[in-house]
Amino acid sequence: MANGSPLLSIEHVSKDFYGNVVLHDVSFDLREGEILGLVGENGAGKTTLMHILFGMPVITETGGFQGSIKIGGTEVHFLSPFDALDAGLGMVHQEFSLIPGFTTTENIVLNRESMRASFLNDVFGDRMSVLQRDKMRERAQRAIGKLGVELKPDMLVSEMPVGHKQFTEIAREIDRKQTRILILDEPTAVLTESEAEVLLQTLKRLASEGIAIIFISHRLQEVLAIADRIVVLRDGHAVKDTVNENIGMRDIASWMVGRSLGEGGQRSEARSFAENTFKVQHLWVDMPGETVRDVSFEVRKGEIFGIGGLAGQGKLGIPNGIMGLFPAGGEVVLDGKAVPLNAPAKALGMGMAFVSEDRRGVGLLLDESLEWNIAFTAIQVHGQYLKKVFGLFSQRDEKAMEELCQEYVKLLDIKCTGTKQKAKELSGGNQQKVCLAKAFAIKPRLMFVSEPTRGIDVGAKKLVLDTLHHYNRDFGTTIVMASSELEELRSICDRIAIVDEGKIAGILPPTADISEFGLLMSGATLEEAVNA
Amino acid sequence: MRNLKTFIQDFGWPRIIIFFFLVALFVMAPFVRVRLDASVSDVLNRFGQNAIMVLAMVPMIQSGCGLNFGLALGLVAGLLGATLSLQLELHGMLGFLGAIVLAAPFSIILGWFYAKLLNKVKGEEMTIAMYVGFSFIMFMCIMWLVLPYNNPTMVWGYAGKGLRTTISVENYWLHILNNFLAIKIGQFFVFPTGLLLFVALFAFLMWLFLRSKTGTAMTAVGSNPDFARASGVDVDKMRTISVIISTFLGAVGIIVYEQSFGFIQLYTAPSPMVFPAVAAILIGGASINKASMANVLVGTILFQGLLTMTPSVINSLLQTDMSEVIRIIVSNGMILYALTRKVKVSK
Amino acid sequence: MSARKKLSTLFSRYAVVIIFVIITLAAIPPSGLSIKYILQEIITRLGRNSFLVLALLLPIYAGMGLNFGMTLGAMAGQVGLIFAVNYGIANWQGLVFAMLVGLPISVLLGWVCGLVMNMAKGREMVTGYILAFFINGIYQFFVMYMLGSVIPMGNKAIVLSRGYGIRNTLNLESVRQSLDNIVMLHVGGFSIPLVTFIIIALLCGFVVWFKKTKLGQDMRAVGQDMAVAEAAGIPVEKTRIVAIIISTVLACAGQIIFLQNMGNLATYNAHDQTGFFAVAAILVGGASVTHASIANVFVGVMLLHSMFVVSPLAGQKLFGSAMIGEYFRQFIGYGVIALSLVLYAWRTRKAAAEARLSLRGVQDDSAKGNGGTAVGNGGQA
Repeated sequence: MANGSPLLSIEHVSKDFYGNVVLHDVSFDLREGEILGLVGENGAGKTTLMHILFGMPVITETGGFQGSIKIGGTEVHFLSPFDALDAGLGMVHQEFSLIPGFTTTENIVLNRESMRASFLNDVFGDRMSVLQRDKMRERAQRAIGKLGVELKPDMLVSEMPVGHKQFTEIAREIDRKQTRILILDEPTAVLTESEAEVLLQTLKRLASEGIAIIFISHRLQEVLAIADRIVVLRDGHAVKDTVNENIGMRDIASWMVGRSLGEGGQRSEARSFAENTFKVQHLWVDMPGETVRDVSFEVRKGEIFGIGGLAGQGKLGIPNGIMGLFPAGGEVVLDGKAVPLNAPAKALGMGMAFVSEDRRGVGLLLDESLEWNIAFTAIQVHGQYLKKVFGLFSQRDEKAMEELCQEYVKLLDIKCTGTKQKAKELSGGNQQKVCLAKAFAIKPRLMFVSEPTRGIDVGAKKLVLDTLHHYNRDFGTTIVMASSELEELRSICDRIAIVDEGKIAGILPPTADISEFGLLMSGATLEEAVNA
Repeated sequence: MRNLKTFIQDFGWPRIIIFFFLVALFVMAPFVRVRLDASVSDVLNRFGQNAIMVLAMVPMIQSGCGLNFGLALGLVAGLLGATLSLQLELHGMLGFLGAIVLAAPFSIILGWFYAKLLNKVKGEEMTIAMYVGFSFIMFMCIMWLVLPYNNPTMVWGYAGKGLRTTISVENYWLHILNNFLAIKIGQFFVFPTGLLLFVALFAFLMWLFLRSKTGTAMTAVGSNPDFARASGVDVDKMRTISVIISTFLGAVGIIVYEQSFGFIQLYTAPSPMVFPAVAAILIGGASINKASMANVLVGTILFQGLLTMTPSVINSLLQTDMSEVIRIIVSNGMILYALTRKVKVSK
Repeated sequence: MSARKKLSTLFSRYAVVIIFVIITLAAIPPSGLSIKYILQEIITRLGRNSFLVLALLLPIYAGMGLNFGMTLGAMAGQVGLIFAVNYGIANWQGLVFAMLVGLPISVLLGWVCGLVMNMAKGREMVTGYILAFFINGIYQFFVMYMLGSVIPMGNKAIVLSRGYGIRNTLNLESVRQSLDNIVMLHVGGFSIPLVTFIIIALLCGFVVWFKKTKLGQDMRAVGQDMAVAEAAGIPVEKTRIVAIIISTVLACAGQIIFLQNMGNLATYNAHDQTGFFAVAAILVGGASVTHASIANVFVGVMLLHSMFVVSPLAGQKLFGSAMIGEYFRQFIGYGVIALSLVLYAWRTRKAAAEARLSLRGVQDDSAKGNGGTAVGNGGQA
């Protein structure tokens, strides 16, 4: 299928955000009619690479990138996504970029409508042209025809099944005459199996008509099924660039996650635990983007239990659902007592605490002092740090709050000008420590920690993980930690559950083979993973 | 230098302009033969008259419900209390306190319903509050006509029923606070001790409340509702409490206003009283999600100062009454400024 | 969707209309007014008010809600009329002149209004409302102090006795009903101002045509999803500003038509209620914050004004007080706006909750009972 000189060449592309290297000397080519499978863990650099390809403002705002991008042999410099579109790149996003109240046709030709000049054009410009609906419809039908699927041109997007939305998006890119390269970011994530199958067929068909496709997906079987070539990104490096022949899921999985085996750094010493303290059965959570469908697991007393998996698969939904932040159902039992769901106060009252992944959105009162941030939950849940005035009014005990805050500033080494400083003025790492302090301050029996190292620098990461490790050892607090970073889970957890598509794919010890983790994340079951 | 710059940025140009404008008015006053002592006395009096209605803005701003354009509900509850107190022939301090006590159940019930509604329409509170306020005022207009009041000082003489538009409280509790321990200096200056003490009492109670467990939770709800919820705070309950307190303070506020002003004004009278209260707290430095006692104090003095001084000084200066126009531009300009300003919560 | 659910959706969508029809019908018999009288009143008021209400359509299409800022256009129209009277330009020429004066002012004000609303996305309605008050202050300043002093006024009859500033009430005798009377049809005892209706029809034609243009299409796209429109390369902010400018210019023309029919101008408060009446009318006609059609405009004007005609008399007969009817109609007017806004906000939240549910492909409705409603509300506050 692939022939001729490369249509798109990515040459020695590197990119760092303020010294934090996310792409390092990445090169690969894409030929006409070729389907390239691009795989990698979260944070491997896929998104950044796409941002660079599309000339997103965020790249230039953060100092541009090194290396070059060539289309058809000439180097290109995109200043905005619109330049990239003009140059023949098309992008189908993970979230739909469609106008809900518009029809299929209107969305396919959005802002590229067929028009006829009207008498007002001379005075008020081109936007007074009249739309030619019949021509728009014709174009839409042609684009749909190319996909080889059934789409009604006059159906409203808001009334479509999800799969049709995805096809509408692709049709929109196809309708652009110049589109020669199509990039799809996790296009099957929201589709049912049969819809996904149709989509794969469509992509093959498009490729056979000469369109080059970059297919980003975490479902490795899909990548294996349609890609001509596979590029694996890991920690910003293109670690593998190979023709899709004689390779299996296990190979890709280990390229994706494997820092060379055995080198993985520290591991928790193997520990044994007596009793189960926490039990979850058939949990579902309606957390947008992190939907949990049916999850059951048990946690033992004093354990650090890890929850891993790729972004969007539901691992973050688990702690958020149990703590009552999103609508949830199922059975959750802590020390023999049922935990009421959808009631944060009750969950906290039973001795559980939660450090949210959304530090700035949920974790902190950015405009308030550190004292407020750390003491607030303890005040509300346990009525601590209050004092009586005139024997009548209970008032915040500012002095006790300050003492508490100082204690944790010292303990966790929070860098701040004082306990009255506002939370928004701290760095990411220190903000995270404040979040931890807030959870510690209510002396939890069971603590949920969600993405504790997201968006903080390397040094701070280690500090945060060490803090959790010590807290677990010193106080025997059971910790459930959800994280996208497998290595981090493996470094401090006693057991790790991998979540895929809202269900637990399997639970592994941290010492398990790296490729087993990779396979579980890629849609395999535990048995398949172990036997693959 | 940088400090000054950030200070100005935080405080906002409009407030600084208003401040200097007011200072200029005071400086000019003697030159156009406006008595300073009378002016100051006037400003103090009007501050006391209006401060509690401005204070009523605080709880709802703090809990994230925004500017209480529905304050009219509280004002109407206050009118109900005041008219009932007259109907029951309560005189003096008893009448005044009676009005507040009688207004309390109305304001609590109205506030509760109002809060229920606002909790259902999060994000659209302000526009809806405004129209709920208006339509309730209109509903009450009908009620003032048909409710069976029969105190002759209150009802229309010729019909024998239906309340008058303006009812004098002269024989009941006129200046009951203003005259309490009032200090008279010279011919033109009166320090309304009782009035200011009463305001201070409410401000102190509010201050205490904001430092309590509930008040702390309420502030957190306004600052970041997701944080509050994750910490086990019932967001809707906190908002409800804030709306009820605000409505009650609105009721107390208008009763205090009436005892000083001398009249109970019914029918559509409450509707033009809402915007000044909103504008005052914004002039005092509040934003649509943060307000403090200092904002109330500064804002009420600045705004009422402006309202007192512009007619007298500008009139004498230009021989024309521009105070109304200035009031419209300043108060609405201030609200507009607050609405268009990027909400400061950094996400 | 089940039939029952469909019915209840239908009811909740048209709740306002239904309630209104019932109240108005119930009030007709006690008012003692003849059907013929009521019909003539409705015809007159259709001519008087429809244009103003039509001005609300475009901002709704552009997702900016009910444009309370239309009052700005009304003020521009009033300034135009003041000048027309000042220069003694009578008849329909006077109206054209007023429009020529009002046009640049309303374009400017509309542009300002659009800019301000772009600074307050998501709060357009309350912002427009306050902006109208703010500009009202400037209008008062201009008319009360500038006219006759800085800007000379030739016609001393309209100037206050102190020598500058316009009188409180301006007699528009020279242009009174000059548009309506160009051709006044008399059919079956009814008087129909033909030219006024032709102008209104032309505007309707324009709106229909406009929706077919590129700009109209862009406006709809912006109205539904600003982020998607932006990503597709549509200039979102500019499109919104254009929507508001057109609305303001139409309001300017609408106010001129309104006032020529009334025949006099309350200089300082004629515009106070413009936005309120127009918004109430379109909502009564079945429009919502996000959806409106030309039919909503006419149904609304007819319903609202037939109630306005009958309620004072009905109040007089039923309660022995005309004031009760007067207050009642205002109560209904404000109440309708409040109710529509509440229904709209409530529906938006419900739709968001349903969208979240569909993410999980939920099938077991029964299991949800315990948590569905209580949660997710802190989220977007």
